[in-house]
Amino acid sequence: MSTGVEMTLTTHRRVRPRAASGWWRLWASAQVRWGVILLVAMTALVVIGPFLAPYDPAAPVGKPYAAPSAVAWLGTDNLGRDVLSRVLAGGVYLAWMAPVSALLSVVTGAAIALVTAYYRGWTDLVLKRSLDVLLAFPGVLLTLLCVSVFGPRPVLLVGLVVLTLMPGVARVIRGAALPLLDREYVLWAKAVGTPGPVIILRELLPNVSSPLLVELGLRLSWSVGILSSMSFIGYGIQPPAADWGLMVSENGTGLGTQPFAVLAPIAMIILYTIGGGLIAEGAARVMARTEGKA
Amino acid sequence: MTVDNHNDNAAIGVFAWLQPFLVRLLQGTLTLLAVSLLIFLAARALPGDVANMILGQSATQEQLVSLRAQLGLDQPLWWQYLTWLGGILHGDWGTSLSNGQPVADLLALGVRNSATLSGVALAVMLPLSLLVGVIAAQFRDGLVDKVFLGMSMVANAVPDFVTGTVLVALFATTVLHVLPAVSFIPPGDSPFSYPDALVLPATTVIIPGVMYLARLVRVAVIDVMATEYIQTAELKGLSPSRVLFRHALPNAVAPIIPAASLVAAFTVGGVVVVEYLFAYPGVGSALVDAVTNRDLPVIQANVLVIASAYFIFNLIADSLAQRDEASGAQGRSKA
Repeated sequence: MSTGVEMTLTTHRRVRPRAASGWWRLWASAQVRWGVILLVAMTALVVIGPFLAPYDPAAPVGKPYAAPSAVAWLGTDNLGRDVLSRVLAGGVYLAWMAPVSALLSVVTGAAIALVTAYYRGWTDLVLKRSLDVLLAFPGVLLTLLCVSVFGPRPVLLVGLVVLTLMPGVARVIRGAALPLLDREYVLWAKAVGTPGPVIILRELLPNVSSPLLVELGLRLSWSVGILSSMSFIGYGIQPPAADWGLMVSENGTGLGTQPFAVLAPIAMIILYTIGGGLIAEGAARVMARTEGKA
Repeated sequence: MTVDNHNDNAAIGVFAWLQPFLVRLLQGTLTLLAVSLLIFLAARALPGDVANMILGQSATQEQLVSLRAQLGLDQPLWWQYLTWLGGILHGDWGTSLSNGQPVADLLALGVRNSATLSGVALAVMLPLSLLVGVIAAQFRDGLVDKVFLGMSMVANAVPDFVTGTVLVALFATTVLHVLPAVSFIPPGDSPFSYPDALVLPATTVIIPGVMYLARLVRVAVIDVMATEYIQTAELKGLSPSRVLFRHALPNAVAPIIPAASLVAAFTVGGVVVVEYLFAYPGVGSALVDAVTNRDLPVIQANVLVIASAYFIFNLIADSLAQRDEASGAQGRSKA
């Protein structure tokens, strides 16, 4: 098959890839592009949303659970507040907390993974075991445990989401970095006395760009998942603030009479998480292609 | 002499085979100990005095002191931790602060209900994901396949409570009214006596699980179907269904077994939100209730149980995946 030629070409190029080509290859994936566009659009909507809102999201405008009408396009919620205004205002917390959590967990996880994989030694062992301890807390568990102690503050929530997601990132990136250490270009760089930090930044980091982007997309979806789930079970963003996860639980009992009060915030959460999912999937496909898999 | 040698080799072989397992077991035990310490310390960091919380504002100093002594709160922290851990090993998880019942009894009920839910979900999930994966692989790059891939991306990105709420809207409230939106199961009754209460919570867990596993099945089937071994079978004139079910499928199952353990772990991890959504009486909803009541012993017990189960399933998944990799590498070097 003709792929034989292409494969030798790509393997040849991967001997000394440049950072730019790595990222460019990822951007060439339609899924990655659509994911980024969706996230940018959602963020823009969340930022300008409060200015577009026809009413004050905290003020009642009619009877509770009123059906959609000319006054309130998406009807009203359990306290008679305008659903459209609350949906437009309800992404503010998520829009900064989720990307910040995802970025911080990927950056710290990758840094820990690359540094410990390169230097090894007992710090590697200690860190790996400590991360194993954190890995035993799935989803909202660690966040719920600590929020029950210290109260639901946004900064604390972000920190806990980072603690929950970072060990997984470190594991994946460590797995991607270990085989690189035996590659000729790393051995060569070591042999000519290139300092460790330079090798990590210039040889290892560019070669884990695809798994990094997969992780970033995945962790963004999961950050949204943990944060909105925490709001949903009542230990995230507190009322009377407008927040999508909170709106789902506030209006759950009215699902039979006024479904829009629940389905509108749900649609927003779905769109936001799909953005991250598309990026992760696109990057994973680019990775599989370069590795010669289907 | 040769016989002795042979025996020695066999013993070494068994040990070499067991050693990674034992190392893992030891590491796993140490990790779980660290997890329990973390849970204990987090719970102790809770602001406010537990004795004060139980007795209320009107308690006298004397009463507080005697209750603290009774609860062991006047002991040093490390002693409290060891007492707690020792109690757990004896099956004594302490007493609930909110209703005075032994935590072990509450925990047993919760674990049974959660295990039932997860078990039912997994029992449906595994065969269903094989079926969906094989169908998607058969229609590779066709419409069915593309729809499946898109759906699986969405199902895996979206949080559990969103999937669950959409299911409630579809089957319990807005569109149809065929299933209960809330899983009411009286304490002490088996969830199997209320099958309709199990359907929606289980489906909420099954959908993302199937969508994840079926993708792996799909890739495995596609890979196997491309091997020479299957092509030979096809050239021999075996019927497509025979090739698929007798030759391809058994080979495609192997890579998804570790993943199934991973999905079991995710199922355990998702119990908190799913059980809260449906008010299903398991460890997850018990934990949320305990957090609301600030019921320390119950919080500790439930977090420890969920984290341990999650950790153990992950450990199994890891070991299986590594064993597969090792045997795969051997197979490749032989080939």
